[in-house]
Amino acid sequence: MATAALADAHAGEHHYTSTGLNSNKIAIWAFIGSECFFFASLISTYLIYKGKSVVGPFPHEAWTNPATGKVMPAILNIPVTSMSTFVLLMSSLFMVLAHAAVVRGDRKYSKIWLLATALAGATFLGFQAFEFTSFVHEGLGLTTNLFGSTFFVLTGFHGAHVTAGVLWLVTLLFIDYKRGLGPRDAINVDICALYWHFVDVVWIAIFALVYLIR
Amino acid sequence: MSDHAPMDSHDQAHVDWGTYKWVALVLFVMTVVEVWVYYIPAFVATPWFVPTILILGAIKFAIVVMFYMHLKYDKKLFRALFVGPLLIAVSILIALLFLFGQLGPHTK
Repeated sequence: MATAALADAHAGEHHYTSTGLNSNKIAIWAFIGSECFFFASLISTYLIYKGKSVVGPFPHEAWTNPATGKVMPAILNIPVTSMSTFVLLMSSLFMVLAHAAVVRGDRKYSKIWLLATALAGATFLGFQAFEFTSFVHEGLGLTTNLFGSTFFVLTGFHGAHVTAGVLWLVTLLFIDYKRGLGPRDAINVDICALYWHFVDVVWIAIFALVYLIR
Repeated sequence: MSDHAPMDSHDQAHVDWGTYKWVALVLFVMTVVEVWVYYIPAFVATPWFVPTILILGAIKFAIVVMFYMHLKYDKKLFRALFVGPLLIAVSILIALLFLFGQLGPHTK
């Protein structure tokens, strides 16, 4: 009897606080609020040390490679990053469509949009891997200069958040394939969607402050 | 406890595909404008470049938060949980930039 009661309690029902609001949703918003501080600290560190690197590579200015004496172009690749930004923005659209499909119980489109969101997130990570690899080949590492240290830490932590989001999406997709996600699961997909959109808005800030402002 | 009406997720049902489509289009166009102005050296040299990028970024940020994160339609507590820390974090960021000389009268 106790086992049955326990099973009933964990049967996917959601917990509502005295405010009438879902406790999990309150928790994700509180977490997102704390993440604002986390990313603000990383962005402020980047901005404080901006333009204070003694040796190259530099983000927006040409630099002379001391080993070869060759003048190298600015290291940031804006066209590639613009593409990855576009992919991440579109992933947010896919995410809201996945959530809408789950809310209306459309199992076909919930799978399609969840998969599209996860693939877009993975594509963004591929762009980031390409960017990091090309930077290392051009001579910019984590300890090369202040730009390298602050840039890799900021964008690396953002990439780690995207990775966690992709894993979360793949988990939801797995559940969708196993038993199907329906309207009663909408709150769980909503919580994942909030995290995913937050990762997107952090990138909007990083793209403007790090990549575009010289 | 779980008998309470699930009022969080289903409140957002009135946000339809048309809204999402327009939001995506606006975000795309604003990103194109951001990158476009980056490649105009004459504009980059003016004092309007940085404010333009910051304003475009802030609008994109607000659009995603309001429409995709549903904060425009959601409960005030969620708004407070996000906007409160965000304002404090941005205030600290600006204060630090003044403190370390990246903003203000000693800016290079």
